[in-house]
Amino acid sequence: MKTKTRNLSKTTRSNFITYGMVVAAYIIVEICLRAGVVSSLLEGLLVPLCMYVILAVSLNLTVGISGELSLGHAGFMCVGAFSSAIFSKCMETAIPVSGIRFFLAILIGTVFAAVFGILIGVPVLRLKGDYLAIVTLAFGEIIKNVVNVVYLGRDSQGFHISTKDTLSLGLEEGGEVIIKGPQGITGTPNDSTFLIGIILILVTLFIVINLINSRTGRAVMAIRDNRIAAESVGINVTKYKLLAFSVSAALAGTAGVLYAHNLSTLQAQPKNFGYNMSITILVFVVLGGIGNIRGSVIAAVVLTLLPELLRSLNDYRMLIYAVILIATMIFTSSPGGQHIQERIKQFFERRKTKEA
Amino acid sequence: MKKALSLLLVGAMTLSLAACGNSSKDSAATDSSTTEESTTTEAADTESEGNGGAAFKIGGIGPITGGTAIYGTAVQNGIQIAVDEINAAGGINGYQIEYNFQDDEGDSEKAINAYNTLKDWGMQVLVGTVTSAPCIAVSEETHKDNMFQITPSGTAVECVQYDNAYRMCFSDPTQGTESAKYIGENGLATKVAVIYDSSDVYSTGIYEAFAAEAANQPFEIVSVEAFTADSKTDFSVQVQKSKEAGADLLFMPFYYTEASLVLAECNKQGYEPVFFGCDGMDGILGVENFDVSLAEGLTFLAPFVAKSDDEMVQNFVSKYEADYGETPNQFAADAYDSVYVVKAAIEAAGATPDMSVSDLCDAMVGAMPSVTYDGVTGKSITWTADGEPSKAPLVVQVVNGEYTEL
Repeated sequence: MKTKTRNLSKTTRSNFITYGMVVAAYIIVEICLRAGVVSSLLEGLLVPLCMYVILAVSLNLTVGISGELSLGHAGFMCVGAFSSAIFSKCMETAIPVSGIRFFLAILIGTVFAAVFGILIGVPVLRLKGDYLAIVTLAFGEIIKNVVNVVYLGRDSQGFHISTKDTLSLGLEEGGEVIIKGPQGITGTPNDSTFLIGIILILVTLFIVINLINSRTGRAVMAIRDNRIAAESVGINVTKYKLLAFSVSAALAGTAGVLYAHNLSTLQAQPKNFGYNMSITILVFVVLGGIGNIRGSVIAAVVLTLLPELLRSLNDYRMLIYAVILIATMIFTSSPGGQHIQERIKQFFERRKTKEA
Repeated sequence: MKKALSLLLVGAMTLSLAACGNSSKDSAATDSSTTEESTTTEAADTESEGNGGAAFKIGGIGPITGGTAIYGTAVQNGIQIAVDEINAAGGINGYQIEYNFQDDEGDSEKAINAYNTLKDWGMQVLVGTVTSAPCIAVSEETHKDNMFQITPSGTAVECVQYDNAYRMCFSDPTQGTESAKYIGENGLATKVAVIYDSSDVYSTGIYEAFAAEAANQPFEIVSVEAFTADSKTDFSVQVQKSKEAGADLLFMPFYYTEASLVLAECNKQGYEPVFFGCDGMDGILGVENFDVSLAEGLTFLAPFVAKSDDEMVQNFVSKYEADYGETPNQFAADAYDSVYVVKAAIEAAGATPDMSVSDLCDAMVGAMPSVTYDGVTGKSITWTADGEPSKAPLVVQVVNGEYTEL
């Protein structure tokens, strides 16, 4: 019995450390908040931090576990953000309780992103490597540009949609414009809180970790490692690839919901939903270690905090950020860097043996 | 080993969090102690106004990196000049100004971070933000904290939807309506073509108001063509369509960089309508490799002309040129005025730096209706309760390669 638990606990314990880390971070921050020792900057960053963690973990599912390079993650986030923001804006008076409304908004954002994940996944997952990366990149840009030309309004007649301008919506007196083309949605209720963000992180981790350690996850990884071998033992390649891809898309949609309900304006700009964002998330995943979920969590937190903590450097801020990024990449991934790591390890181990 | 490393990282993270917390606590503590000191010293000798300890803390937010950095930098410099002038002249009510400007990269999310950073620093009044969308997001926060906010260049209507927020520039609809009125009243054209940037809040806002007002004016809009931020290098299609529609006036509600390309394209196609623009045209004569003669006759509405004979404008322009080596644009001018408006409001309210942010805001909002301001972007400007400035746009025309006020 004892040996059995010990055998089991290797992955389980590692997973519990991941969960425990998130819960511990929540408790520490919450205590600091109560004690009033958290700076406003950090307080304002809490929800974005949750959002980036979810994005990094969900992209790791595609990049690390399924082994597909996707550059369209921000596109799914955009779908989740806009679908949920439209819902919240329409239902703001109908459902006055923010908790229920936000719960429904999360579901809607997630489901819409998942549907888009499947729609995109079916044709796209036939491609591999660079080709897949390019197509997903294009998808992200398409979503952003489509959102930028849509004008959506609502009056007593129902919804009006146009791709020209607000005037051609032909709204009656008292009708409201919901999406105003490139100006996006303004006045989304600020429902995102740190607690909800942490709960969503835990749900995300639970889904991803359990998926990885399940029969499905093993099938997905088998496809990643050797597609032909996997097919030959009867694994349905399309099904499992699509599953991993759409779960990843759905979770990105959830992050989008958090994003949309954290700020009162929502615009699809290159900055937040363009490929810049997709690359940023990819950087979290790569730096945290491809396939390493806990690494993604830590990398997302550190890399989001870093440019903000460097604000005192003013003009050199983004320069220093870039330099740190390059240095970290070299240290963790290049042969030279790994050599240095080895030597540091040896140094510590030698000291340990000396002490012993 | 890995576990130890991860534990180390977690430890470092919590430490850094705690460090943030501590520093803010410290600064808050020192803040409150300094304010206490200042009140006690003031109570001790009320005659001497210029006590060194307390100062008004004015924050600014805008993009100084990224695609819209040119506007943010102009605002940053404009505020700096005004702050230096005021401090040299003895400050506001005898108190000096401290000024801190934070980068928002033109992004709403980063703007909130910048705002929170400034709050930690102890900001009491916000001059910002520069671009519209971040301004709307930040105004939500200043409304929550009840902090006085004046945006030099946030033109979208929602930027000043709350009582605590004011604006120095024209709103987008005002510019569109004024342009349509000017064209109609002066009989500049009967058929008008419009090219606008549909991905830009500024351009779209002006176009929509222009189109709405055009219905009441004796001209008709015969062609409307849009471009986006991704496709703003080739205008041959848009110009071609305007030409085919037989328009005798081309309305261009966008910035001068694109306008210079449109003018060059019109010249290439031999199309010579009346060109009419908005305040974004200010600066077109400075575009590199642009044949200035093409802009001859271009008319636009602007709040500020650097070549004006006005003494205040001359003073501002010469200082700006001396400090930063370039001619200030309207963003810098609006920012410069914003700081003086803050000064005027604080003086009218008789406020002191030891007031809480919320009390200061209430006092300044209370004083705003009585403020009448003469600055570089207009004379005897007043503010309505909804935060809009009343100032008449100048009509500027390019004559002999110079901006000339009409």
